[in-house]
Amino acid sequence: MNATTAEQASAPVTEDALRSVLLAGERPSRPGPVLTSLTFGWRALLKIKHVPEQLVDVTMFPIMFTLMFTYLFGGALAGSTQAYLQFLLPGILVQANVMTTMNTGITLNTDIQKGVFDRFRALPVWRPSPLVGALLGDVMRYSIGSAIVITLGLVLGFRPEGGAVGVVLSVALLLVFSFCLSWLWTMLSLILRTPNSVAGVSMMLMFPLTFGSNIFVDPKTMPGWLQAVVEVNPITHLATVVRGLMHGSVPAGEIGWVLVSSVLLVAVFGPITMVLYRNKK
Amino acid sequence: MGKLAIETRGLKKSFGTTHAVAGVDLAVSAGGVYGVLGPNGAGKTTTIRMLATLLRPDAGEAQVLGYDVVRDAQAVRSRVGLTGQFASVDEDLTGVENLLLLARLLGYSRRRGRERATDLLDAFGLAKAADRQVKKYSGGMRRRIDIAASLVVTPELIFLDEPTTGLDPRSRNQVWEIVRGMVAEGATVLLTTQYLDEADQLADRIAVIDHGKVIAEGSSGQLKASVGAGSLHVRLRAPEQRAEAERVLAAALDVPIELSADPAALSARISDPERVARSVAELSRGGIDVTEFALGQPSLDEVFLTLTGHAAEETPEEDAA
Ligand SMILES: Nc1ncnc2c1ncn2[C@@H]1O[C@H](COP(=O)(O)OP(=O)(O)OP(=O)(O)O)[C@@H](O)[C@H]1O
Ligand SMILES: [Mg+2]
Repeated sequence: MNATTAEQASAPVTEDALRSVLLAGERPSRPGPVLTSLTFGWRALLKIKHVPEQLVDVTMFPIMFTLMFTYLFGGALAGSTQAYLQFLLPGILVQANVMTTMNTGITLNTDIQKGVFDRFRALPVWRPSPLVGALLGDVMRYSIGSAIVITLGLVLGFRPEGGAVGVVLSVALLLVFSFCLSWLWTMLSLILRTPNSVAGVSMMLMFPLTFGSNIFVDPKTMPGWLQAVVEVNPITHLATVVRGLMHGSVPAGEIGWVLVSSVLLVAVFGPITMVLYRNKK
Repeated sequence: MGKLAIETRGLKKSFGTTHAVAGVDLAVSAGGVYGVLGPNGAGKTTTIRMLATLLRPDAGEAQVLGYDVVRDAQAVRSRVGLTGQFASVDEDLTGVENLLLLARLLGYSRRRGRERATDLLDAFGLAKAADRQVKKYSGGMRRRIDIAASLVVTPELIFLDEPTTGLDPRSRNQVWEIVRGMVAEGATVLLTTQYLDEADQLADRIAVIDHGKVIAEGSSGQLKASVGAGSLHVRLRAPEQRAEAERVLAAALDVPIELSADPAALSARISDPERVARSVAELSRGGIDVTEFALGQPSLDEVFLTLTGHAAEETPEEDAA
């Protein structure tokens, strides 16, 4: 085995070297919350580097959905696949991101069970930073997912009338919303015991939220009561904003709505999450 | 007595109906190794987690380096190091990444952090494994990186939760060397263990805990003395003389004689060392040939047996909870 040979080759603990590292006990001043959160974000990136398999969900899932919906339903829903793609792609982008946020909860649930979280919690750093860092790392996953969906869309013939600026703005807003929404899953991951139950509950919430919106179809054809539901669904507002920006309009009111709901998500679930985290056994 | 590094009074923690820690009083003076010895489920980890501010006590108080673990948790955190019982570093990352992560979190610059990580890996004999994921380390290497991770900023007090459980003798010796090295530099080490010989070898003072309570405290010598003067082991040339030898020894020592699995051996816990010499004379007068005659200090095993009424290796009702 590799491990054994390396161990035998390496010198055992030497007294002098040990003494010098112990004496070199420098006491740097404590870093602030931003730096510690970013450092935990760096840990998340390192984990992506070492375990790239974890990107399968953010890559495969959106590709599958884009292809499936465009070619299976496009003709029936919008007359032609091309026309449907113009409508669908911004929605798929929203769905891909929002669905990916679930993984935050599942990953965190596995992570928190491990001994290393005890070490993090025993460090003299701003307490939420391990969680904030994990969520920041996830923003990287959302960005990768978004880039894939947009590239695939462009290849299939999606033409955003809002140009590059519209696309970048809409993705930026989407990332902000996703970061804020992931506090909900973080909270769930601290309440539920196993990653499986986190996945189960997230699915139960996520499916009605994404399908009960204007992501896939215009709600005009739905029964009145359902239209009312779709109207209050925050995902609908988000999809309207992303669709608007990508196609060159600036729905200011809707943008405000999305930003306010983002702030609310963090303001409600952030503190609850922190209390749960602090009292975690 | 120097300053106290740890002081607890009536520390308690329950999980549902399990009283994991049921009133622990500790007074650990600064400098040296303090051993907490107890079988599985005794409450060692729970005690350490409260002292390291990870768990809030249900009742009682604890001061670590003069700071209250509940009110001044942050002050405690910046002065102590914790090496948990189970994988206390990120197994997906490499050795150097783990140490660099902690160095950055503790305020080192990127450059100084990298230097510190390299120095630590060198000192712990892990230089060659620096760029390998920790999940690919052997058990001994993993334990060393666990400990190194607690020393990124040299702590005044370090908690080691069962640092040698599951290690082979060579790796265990390396961990012991590290512990002795830390103490030589003035640190206080509180370590938990299930191994009596480990506590005996390393610790200046030992608290024996069982079912969440301290059942004995003192230096290893004091604990041993509390059980009696020691024990006598006798081995005969002819096993068939054992019954005769038992009678002679019982008369000379005036204590119960234990017959061990070895058909030629006998042993006795003795209270009065002076009678031992007489018993040798009695044996030779009775024509009993002795090949081995040893007077030993009582082992901590015997201490444990006497104190708890069960052996340390047993794990009674551990899973009953
Ligand atoms: N988070 C928890 N939830 C429920 N019960 C727990 C929890 N942690 C510990 N216990 C229970 O508390 C008791 C003491 O556990 P603890 O881990 O402190 O023992 P220990 O002395 O460290 O044992 P070991 O040598 O096996 O590590 C055990 O009965 C254990 O099952
Ligand atoms: Mg334990």
